[in-house]
Amino acid sequence: MSPPDLLALPQLPKDAPQDSGGPVFAEPWQAQAFALALRLHAQGAFTWPEWAQALSEELKAAGPMDDPAFYYERWLAALERLAIAKRLAGRQALADRKSAWADAYRRTPHGKPITL
Amino acid sequence: MAHDHHDDHDHHHDHEPGQHPPSDMELRVKALESLLVEKGLVDPAALDAIVDHFEHRVGPRNGARVVARAWTDPAYHARLMADATAAIGELGYDSRQGDHMRAVENTPGVHNMVVCTLCSCYPWPVLGLPPVWYKSNAYRSRAVIDPRGVLAEFGVTLPSGTEVRVWDSTAELRYLVIPERPAGTEGLGEDALAALVTRNGMIGTARL
Repeated sequence: MSPPDLLALPQLPKDAPQDSGGPVFAEPWQAQAFALALRLHAQGAFTWPEWAQALSEELKAAGPMDDPAFYYERWLAALERLAIAKRLAGRQALADRKSAWADAYRRTPHGKPITL
Repeated sequence: MAHDHHDDHDHHHDHEPGQHPPSDMELRVKALESLLVEKGLVDPAALDAIVDHFEHRVGPRNGARVVARAWTDPAYHARLMADATAAIGELGYDSRQGDHMRAVENTPGVHNMVVCTLCSCYPWPVLGLPPVWYKSNAYRSRAVIDPRGVLAEFGVTLPSGTEVRVWDSTAELRYLVIPERPAGTEGLGEDALAALVTRNGMIGTARL
């Protein structure tokens, strides 16, 4: 897959953490959340304007951001909300799955694949 | 005489009861992603391709700063070698719960390289996202058996007298390789030095 396919992204929101080379991520989960939004959009789960609106609502609700580290927290919150609104995933299912992953970590020794 | 050895120090792969769950945000991403993948709404290979594409753009490359400080400040160097977790924390780089860092230093006679043979433990708070090859079976299995062969593939040929030490990461102990300071950099300041430190240099698959 070539970079232009990967970056089938209409435009990177201007307040997203970035430099001249594109987006930057402070932690791996942020890149994961970024990739999820791109793929859901590319696979037609929502339009880019729908995404931009969901994200901007989350950012507004959070108030002024004094730390860019919070940007992807809002990004993920917007993604969850849109996924629930579009019936891609249920609120309860998300909460249950999150606890299931935490339990999977607690019972899985280092070096073994973490499975649910 | 070359002596390649595999260090088993603090190796708890088989005895660890379980792991600390990652952060709340990380668990939420995993929850969302796994549900969407199950429903066929996103293709996991496409997700990995995007994340791999940004491999060099994840993480603040704090490790380079740590190395440059160690090169220029002998007291910091001593603290780093004695207690890397604390010395890295001194620069404001938090380690996650449960991981400890250990700095291993290259010298003219010793070259260090880091692997996680059983999975892909990686000190991302200092090194960013692990490169694709670090997670590959080929690297994980061969780094220990044939470190010189692996290094040669990375374009690194060591003098036959140099000892290669391979450090296998565990759930609670991660390694940072302190490369040798390149010759001719005596006049450089910390920022300029940090710019010379590559990620692969800090994994031990490159020399600077």
